[in-house]
Amino acid sequence: MATVAVIDYGMGNLHSVSKALEHVSPGTEVIVTADPEKVRNADRVILPGVGAIRDCMAEIRRLGVDKEVAEAIASGKPFLGICVGYQALMQDSEENNGVDCLAHFDGHVKYFGDDLTENGERLKVPHMGWNEVYHDDHPLWEGIEDGSRFYFVHSYYVKADQRDLVSATCTYGLEFDVAIARDNVFAVQFHPEKSSKVGLQLLQNFLNWDGKR
Amino acid sequence: MALAKRIIPCLDVENGRVVKGVQFVDIRDAGDPVEVAKRYDEQGADEITFLDITATHEGRDTMVHTVEKMASQVFIPLTVGGGIRTCDDIRTMLNAGADKVSINSAAVKNPDFVREAAERFGSQCIVVAIDAKKVSQPGEEDKWEIFTHGGRKPTGLDAVEWAKKMVALGAGEILLTSMDQDGVKNGYDIGVTRAISEAVNVPVIASGGVGNLDHLVEGCIEGKADAVLAASIFHFNEYTVPEAKQYMRDKGIEVRL
Repeated sequence: MATVAVIDYGMGNLHSVSKALEHVSPGTEVIVTADPEKVRNADRVILPGVGAIRDCMAEIRRLGVDKEVAEAIASGKPFLGICVGYQALMQDSEENNGVDCLAHFDGHVKYFGDDLTENGERLKVPHMGWNEVYHDDHPLWEGIEDGSRFYFVHSYYVKADQRDLVSATCTYGLEFDVAIARDNVFAVQFHPEKSSKVGLQLLQNFLNWDGKR
Repeated sequence: MALAKRIIPCLDVENGRVVKGVQFVDIRDAGDPVEVAKRYDEQGADEITFLDITATHEGRDTMVHTVEKMASQVFIPLTVGGGIRTCDDIRTMLNAGADKVSINSAAVKNPDFVREAAERFGSQCIVVAIDAKKVSQPGEEDKWEIFTHGGRKPTGLDAVEWAKKMVALGAGEILLTSMDQDGVKNGYDIGVTRAISEAVNVPVIASGGVGNLDHLVEGCIEGKADAVLAASIFHFNEYTVPEAKQYMRDKGIEVRL
């Protein structure tokens, strides 16, 4: 049976991610775990995350999840980062007065700001709700129309330095990077597990993906 | 293109069953909250809110199972409100699969609970529910006050100031119910909705008094709400979620269709 490890470092609603995976692929065994051995043996790995980045990074380091992530990325097996699990792959975040992240990608996590506007209207922060995602032709977008709406909840956004690695963008007062892809790694800012049909399609695509662009 | 205004059907749940019923032509058991939530998801609802009105301890355990069941079958955000009084209550609901909890009277009783909850679980999952009623007389400057116990008990708290305080303590979203309108179907109280939405920097959900689709439009445009919550107009098939969204889009509102 194919296996997918959802890395559990005590932050976030892992129930939703694992239920969504089970829903799209009853034949896949979903293992919610922090055990390095189980992550190593899984066919695919997901790094989720909700909450403040300082707490997330502290737990990632304390539990050795940083090493598990590095190993999974180096192994070539399909790897998916979600929300804070995406931000954690960048160099650093402005949140909590500045936090160093795992630096698997060049780029930074920035605050939307308190004076964000769009067409003269003030925008609320967090960016909460369904927004349009414009994407490239990476296999994880298969069957998902360009401009489909996904569900977001975040106050900080990713801006990647290597523009050729950006797989999708979204606009909320400013344009930011909502998906990044390199080799076997794919990471998204929105919550596919809460994005109804298009989100489930993306998770299904991840489970079908061979980890190659 | 912009962020879509959200449409949120709200279900009153008692002992694991939807109260007052929900009528869908094509589902057999419209009293099962999970079946109803699934149908709203298929129709394109952007979120679901469960309001637990169960009084007994046993009934509350039933609610946890209902949330668990919903979370394994419906993949849009779920907010659970009603009877959330402690951090343990919050943890139980989040572990069961809720994405957010809504805190109402416990916040009035002890505002610091909101700070504690936001610090522990993150602002993104803490919704503070506010029941506001207009207390100013015609001709006076508009003033709204917080009421508890289903609108019977005044608290003396100014609604706009209260909303600002809740956000300062860590609320990630405000669910604003205008009491004088609730159930009357005359539409949201636009004045208080707009006053609070302009006063805080987090999303505001308008609730209470929706009788037709123009009320949803008013809530978004004049009330400046980020999301609109409604119950009976959807439950009794007066309007479907797609009809509501199409109507809003025709009026120039960004929606997810």
